[in-house]
Amino acid sequence: MLVVSLIAFVMFRFVGDPVDQMVGLETTLEERAKLREQLGLNDPLPVQFWNFVSKAAQGDLGISYQFKRPVAVLLSERLPATLELSFVSALFALLAGIPMGVYTALRRESFLSKLFLTVSLIGISLPTFLIGILLIFIFSVNLQWLPSFGRGQVVDLGWWTTGFLTVSGLKALILPSITLGLFQMTLIMRLVRSEMLEVLRTDYIKFARARGLKDRAIHFGHALKNTLIPVITITGLQLGSIIAFAIITETVFQWPGMGLLFLQAVQNVDIPIMSAYLLLIAFLFVAINLIVDLLYVVVDPRIRIGGAEA
Amino acid sequence: MSLRRSLLGATLLTGLLATQAYAENTFKFAFQGTLKSLDPYSLNETFTLGTLNNVYEGLTRRGPDLQIRPALAESWEVVEPTRWRFHLRKDVKFHNGNDFTAADVVFSADRVRSEGSDLKTRIPADAKFEIVDDHTVDVVLTSPNPILHYEWDTWGIIDKEWAEANDSVRVTSASDQSATTISLQANGTGPFKITNHDAGVKTTLAANPDWWDAANKKYNVDTIEFATIASDATRVAALLSGEMDLVYPIPVQDIKRVNDNAATAALTGPELRTIFLGMDQMRDELLYSNIKGKNPFKDQRVREAFYHAIDIEAIKEKVMRNLSTPSSIMISPFMFDNASKIARLGYDPDASKNLLKEAGYADGFEVGMDCPNDRYVNDEAICQAVVAMLARVGIKVNLNAQPKAQYFAKVLASGGFDTSFYLLGWTPGSFDSWNVLSNLHGCRDEAGNGGMFNLGGYCNEDVDSLTAQILVENDPNKRLDLITQAYQITTAESAYIPLHQQGLAWGVSDGFDVVQRADNVLMLYHVNKK
Repeated sequence: MLVVSLIAFVMFRFVGDPVDQMVGLETTLEERAKLREQLGLNDPLPVQFWNFVSKAAQGDLGISYQFKRPVAVLLSERLPATLELSFVSALFALLAGIPMGVYTALRRESFLSKLFLTVSLIGISLPTFLIGILLIFIFSVNLQWLPSFGRGQVVDLGWWTTGFLTVSGLKALILPSITLGLFQMTLIMRLVRSEMLEVLRTDYIKFARARGLKDRAIHFGHALKNTLIPVITITGLQLGSIIAFAIITETVFQWPGMGLLFLQAVQNVDIPIMSAYLLLIAFLFVAINLIVDLLYVVVDPRIRIGGAEA
Repeated sequence: MSLRRSLLGATLLTGLLATQAYAENTFKFAFQGTLKSLDPYSLNETFTLGTLNNVYEGLTRRGPDLQIRPALAESWEVVEPTRWRFHLRKDVKFHNGNDFTAADVVFSADRVRSEGSDLKTRIPADAKFEIVDDHTVDVVLTSPNPILHYEWDTWGIIDKEWAEANDSVRVTSASDQSATTISLQANGTGPFKITNHDAGVKTTLAANPDWWDAANKKYNVDTIEFATIASDATRVAALLSGEMDLVYPIPVQDIKRVNDNAATAALTGPELRTIFLGMDQMRDELLYSNIKGKNPFKDQRVREAFYHAIDIEAIKEKVMRNLSTPSSIMISPFMFDNASKIARLGYDPDASKNLLKEAGYADGFEVGMDCPNDRYVNDEAICQAVVAMLARVGIKVNLNAQPKAQYFAKVLASGGFDTSFYLLGWTPGSFDSWNVLSNLHGCRDEAGNGGMFNLGGYCNEDVDSLTAQILVENDPNKRLDLITQAYQITTAESAYIPLHQQGLAWGVSDGFDVVQRADNVLMLYHVNKK
């Protein structure tokens, strides 16, 4: 995380001058210079970096240049939107991806399998923003079924705002989560498919068949279980990237989450928001990796040290 | 279970309330940028000031044609050349019920010039405000100023009592570390109140039934919802799908789509902003060129040759899809009555080549060009067209198109005017030529003192002395004459290459009538549901 923030800080040198974005055109040079001084932008880079890290360690992420509010508060206001979107799209990716993967592995020649594979090819090759715009065009402009932007009506629970409790909130979730989850769904489906094919060839599946077990039990009880380990790894890691790459989806759908906040911050050279966001994402990746590693122990009895006796 | 049930109940209830609220006339609009601070003196930027103008009013206001009209001041007169008298409107109340008086005007005049304000240029620093009685204010100047009140429509008057009671006397400045009440709430005299403000996401306004001009009101909307939609495609989609009643700006390539859609239409018109090309005429050697030891742009013939090489009609037709007005001067003809007396240099590549030959550049030369790619309408495409046109007369232009944050950091004073040839746009905040002449044509030193946005460093003593006279000349005819003279000199010297006034394009639902002002400001009291 220290490395991430250091790299981020070096990059900020090249994003432009925050002061130009903060004041109007007619502001004089002296006032601009004064502002730079007040913001500490004239300090040498190591000093700026040290100030940031020491404050961040105490939980103080600074004040946004543009909104004049603490970055921590801004991020926590936007966090629910991003997490709900990421959660729903991850769920979509899993619930659609695993069954499709299993199906395509078992009925390789069927028409539906070929259809799934074609769709997955589209999911992998089309860029996210294009999928988003296509969905908007079809479902909101032409059919007018679903909203094209925003979160709809949200219910404020005090510390969390949720779109799950209103009809418009749920409707607003559909298009962005499909857009965000399509790539992950494709990935999971392809992964499950290849793992299944691999496992189905192994000896113990043949033994299971020889024992006269039902297909259903073999496929779901034995084969699928063994394919899940890599799936969990990938899903875990992908969850991190779903949150991180929500930037693009959030921009297309004007979804008021952290990604949109970050992108606006880049355009306005709002350095406190940018650095805090990158730090948060780095933290999420580290945390998710840890959780995934811990989950292995639950799923795979082989790595339980001193666990079940063989 | 009971929790879930009560939540469900709450949801249904909010749903019901929402349906009821929608029975009134709600107007929803989206813009590409955000409304950040609600403090009307924090940021001198068109959208912020224009939107807050619905809430905070100035002593004056501008009508649909941008003419200055009385607002909080009923009338005013110049008592003597350096003393103006403003008669304030009586029976005006702020949204919190406080009376509007002369004390509020004086307080606002001090506040707008205080530390941290971005609108200090609204009032000369040495102007004194004197209270004559509760509804009369005198402004005493040190030198005559014919355009004193030109920008006062966007100088919103703040309630002194409210500001003092809510710790909002100090302006929420760009370097502030905490938000003050006034940056999150609003208390003006205007036709609309801000009921909810979620910065960067959504802002809701409600009509103010006690507005002083309610008797003459033309609008019939009760609730206004503003949302930011940054992505062009999404913004247009939100209009086409009927979720939004007005979105702006819409990209020129989408105008046809918006017009083809049965329920929407594009509203277009010329904007005030002038887009132009500038050249570094100050350095002895260009920063980005293969010509060493001298600066070709110092030679008037080279600048003229560049001017002649630009086919403005082609840019209008191909790049701007006819949504631009070619310009011969550096200010919109809306703001300068003699605009027709000055003509563009025609498109003439042969003349251009001859001029280059005379100047000693028969084989042309190379020059680097800076261009923003997200600031003006089709800015990068205009630059690419310019590159191609200059190639025809033998000039090789190396284009460097960047996002506005990086572009401005490079070319403006803070970046040391690091450019040789650039594209920029300018709208004079005062709607007056003095602003254009002093900011874009005034001589400057290397640090930028003088004409701060004269990036190329054009300098002519005669123009400077004319500019100084224009500032203090009270007689409108003489003043217009002086301005015309100044523009004639700068045009003859090809100080800049003006290109066009870009077009405004708004997408509007057929259910509403709106007025598009040329300064790209949406006044909500011009919105009418059909």
